[in-house]
Amino acid sequence: MGFLEALGRLDRRWIFLLIAVSVTIPLLLQRPAPVKPSPIVRNLYTAIDALPPGSKLLLSLDYGPSTVPENDPMAHAIARHALSKDLKLYVMTIWATGPPLITNLFETVIVPGFPGKTYGEDYLNLGYKVGNQGLIQSLTSDFRNQYTQDVGWGDIAARPVGQIPMMSTIRTIKDFDFIAGIGSGQPGLKEWVQFAGDPTGTPVGGGVTAVEAPLLYPYYPTQLVGLLGGLAGAAEYEALLVENHPEFGEAAQVALIRMFPQTVAHLVIVSFVLLGNISYFAQRGRRRK
Amino acid sequence: MTEVVVPPPAPPASVAAIDAPNDAGHALVVSWQLSPDDANADVLQGYRVLRSQGGAPFEEVGIAAPGQNSFRDRVPENGVRYDYKVVSFGPGGVGESGTAGAESHFQWFNKTRISSFVIMLIVCGSIALNIMRAQAGQKMYIRKIAGMDAVTEAVGRATEMGQPVLYVAGIQDMDNVQTVAGLTILGSISKLIAEYETSLVMPCSRSLVMSTARETVKESYLSAGRPDAYREDGIYYVTDEQFGFVAHVDGLMVRKKPATCFYLGAFFAESLILAETGNSIGAIQVAGTAMPTQLPFFVAACDYTLIGEELFAASAYLSQDEKMLGSLKGQDFGKAVAMVSIFVGGILTTAEGFMGWPVITWLNDKIHWLWSGG
Amino acid sequence: MKRTIPILITAVVGGLLIAAYFVPAPFLASADRLIPDFFNIIAAFAFVLGGGNLLRVHLTKISRRDHEWTYSVVTVVGFLVMLLAGLLKLGTGEGGAFHWTYDLADGRLLYDALYQSVFTPCQATMFSLLAFFVASASYRAFRAKTPEATVLLIAAFVILIGRTFVGGYLTAWIPEPFSEYLHIPNLSAWIMSFPNLAGQRTIQMGIALGIISNSLRLILGIERSHLGGGD
Repeated sequence: MGFLEALGRLDRRWIFLLIAVSVTIPLLLQRPAPVKPSPIVRNLYTAIDALPPGSKLLLSLDYGPSTVPENDPMAHAIARHALSKDLKLYVMTIWATGPPLITNLFETVIVPGFPGKTYGEDYLNLGYKVGNQGLIQSLTSDFRNQYTQDVGWGDIAARPVGQIPMMSTIRTIKDFDFIAGIGSGQPGLKEWVQFAGDPTGTPVGGGVTAVEAPLLYPYYPTQLVGLLGGLAGAAEYEALLVENHPEFGEAAQVALIRMFPQTVAHLVIVSFVLLGNISYFAQRGRRRK
Repeated sequence: MTEVVVPPPAPPASVAAIDAPNDAGHALVVSWQLSPDDANADVLQGYRVLRSQGGAPFEEVGIAAPGQNSFRDRVPENGVRYDYKVVSFGPGGVGESGTAGAESHFQWFNKTRISSFVIMLIVCGSIALNIMRAQAGQKMYIRKIAGMDAVTEAVGRATEMGQPVLYVAGIQDMDNVQTVAGLTILGSISKLIAEYETSLVMPCSRSLVMSTARETVKESYLSAGRPDAYREDGIYYVTDEQFGFVAHVDGLMVRKKPATCFYLGAFFAESLILAETGNSIGAIQVAGTAMPTQLPFFVAACDYTLIGEELFAASAYLSQDEKMLGSLKGQDFGKAVAMVSIFVGGILTTAEGFMGWPVITWLNDKIHWLWSGG
Repeated sequence: MKRTIPILITAVVGGLLIAAYFVPAPFLASADRLIPDFFNIIAAFAFVLGGGNLLRVHLTKISRRDHEWTYSVVTVVGFLVMLLAGLLKLGTGEGGAFHWTYDLADGRLLYDALYQSVFTPCQATMFSLLAFFVASASYRAFRAKTPEATVLLIAAFVILIGRTFVGGYLTAWIPEPFSEYLHIPNLSAWIMSFPNLAGQRTIQMGIALGIISNSLRLILGIERSHLGGGD
């Protein structure tokens, strides 16, 4: 068996090994990748950036622990952006796995990054509610019927929405100026477009995992303002955020740093595909002879 | 030092209340003309909407932000008159409007959904018509679905090798139509499994799917004349948790080495993990899903893949029941209507850019309306 | 009879839900709301059924000392520990519902601790397998065997490189009017926005029609393969 033939039948464990090495080494180097934002990401950034201070942004974290490396940087970047623009940030989730993600967002981004912001006045944790897309649908007619109280945060216990300053003007989903959905499956951003954005006209944007992204492209740009597709999308958003807000520093460059290993992994896959094809054509040439 | 006195805001004018349209009642829409002070944030902070019923004192039912000129109020009773007042408020006091009242009623038809209704009539009508034609004995042609043609070979291979057939009906519950499609195909495939005397292993990620699958397979074994061969334990529940389920199925594949794997239902990120593991053990793999994001993975790693609508057609294809095939024919008519609309719409939109004739705009708007879901 | 009743229930519920979409009358609106609730209630009961089935299958394996019964021990222990930790709220600090000897230093629930230290990493591990499998699957699948496969291969190349910053550097030299299409990130965006979009929409339309036709077959009782087929 010639070398090229052996290459064509390469044991997949070699591929696995190389992928592992190519991801681990750049991950240890912790260097941000020089990413250039694409229009679809820039649109989302501009839309949120253009909201006047005091506008209400609903951020829904609809994913689980398995996609945290891809989804968390998106959610964190949007939350940072919103609070830096003095927007009111309402955080919720329609996934049972969501509440710890909200806690993590508050603990790692909002509290250390925005000490001047107050819970209940500037940001709010609405927590998890059962109902999937049915819940989204019902929020278009009555938000307060579903969310009778918040979840509370730290020392602040849960309160009825009537006592929360941020909730005084919220009656339905229409009262929000922007809906940002971060998701990794169903229900997720697609359902926010179909059941909240489309029927009410409230602008919707957000981010999904790379695998999910092709499913959302059909909604862009009319029904979906902008989209962060996978880690690359998150990195592009971070690049815009860091460019305009250098004060956020390295904490806001998580996806940019993770893009380096992803790039190397992509290149390794491309090389394998190339090698596979070279081997295939070499064998075909030999057979023809 | 002089104290700045803020005047009270001017009241909103022309307050009106109407029954909210196209709903089940219990809602009224109050609208008003913005106060002349609306744009002045120092004077006007918002509007209070007050409600009264049967001469009772007015009570606040909601607050509208400056710039907002309507408010949707949920009311407890249909057919009862409620009166409204809108009060502008600010640091200097309040400005009270006149009153207006209305009753809420439910409507018999949601007029915002007429176009959906028309599309439903066209599609369902053509499906029903073709089912009737098939019932009347008309032959229906249906193109080949390679994945379903391979089912007999795939099950036969498992028998030859003495290895089980693995069947996964997705990871969603019975309320997902793809799971239902997966189970209807299971009905036909398990009959074949019974006839070929092969064993079936079916881990389920939802317990309702497990119960339904057991019934389906039991009935199939019965109609294949082999009720004695049915083993309930082969169909069992693992976990609702996506990756926990995948871990189990992967382990099962590596240990039991099924000769044939079917993945028919709704799949997410686990599709490739399952299909690559199946590939590594050399199983024949037939997949089918209507999750567009997972199709590329199945196509890359499986021998046959049912793409989208083929998953829903597979059961009809396997049964070769004329009525079921008729429904597929009707579905094709719906597809033809969509294709013609896209084609004509594309031409009209292009023509609109060049000519700007009102008739073109009118036609284009009609096509747009038909597919708007409104 | 055994088939007639399920078919009848499907027909009535399906018909009601379709009607509820167009007729906003209160009794239909409440059917629209209640029927999914019924599903959730049945699913909740089924959850008990699932747990029971899991225990039965694995306890039988353990008692019979079946092949690889040790895995079943791990499953049963894992199931029971998580179940008890959740039900009894074990490990709660001050103010919790139940105090037991197990007390985490920061007063968290044992359930949360297990969720974060066992469940989350296990989930992430399974998900990250995808990276490896994507590599091995693309290595095998992307071969330029036919003209169609070659187009697929080229598109895959452009997307793979276009989703990284390397794509930008590789084609930075392309001059202005051409770079709008030939610059790899732009080309990658074009593939996603046009050919991919067209394909996605077509597949979705086919799926929608397939769902309508399948649902109609179920509602009309023509599709009965899941009930064992036949009349």
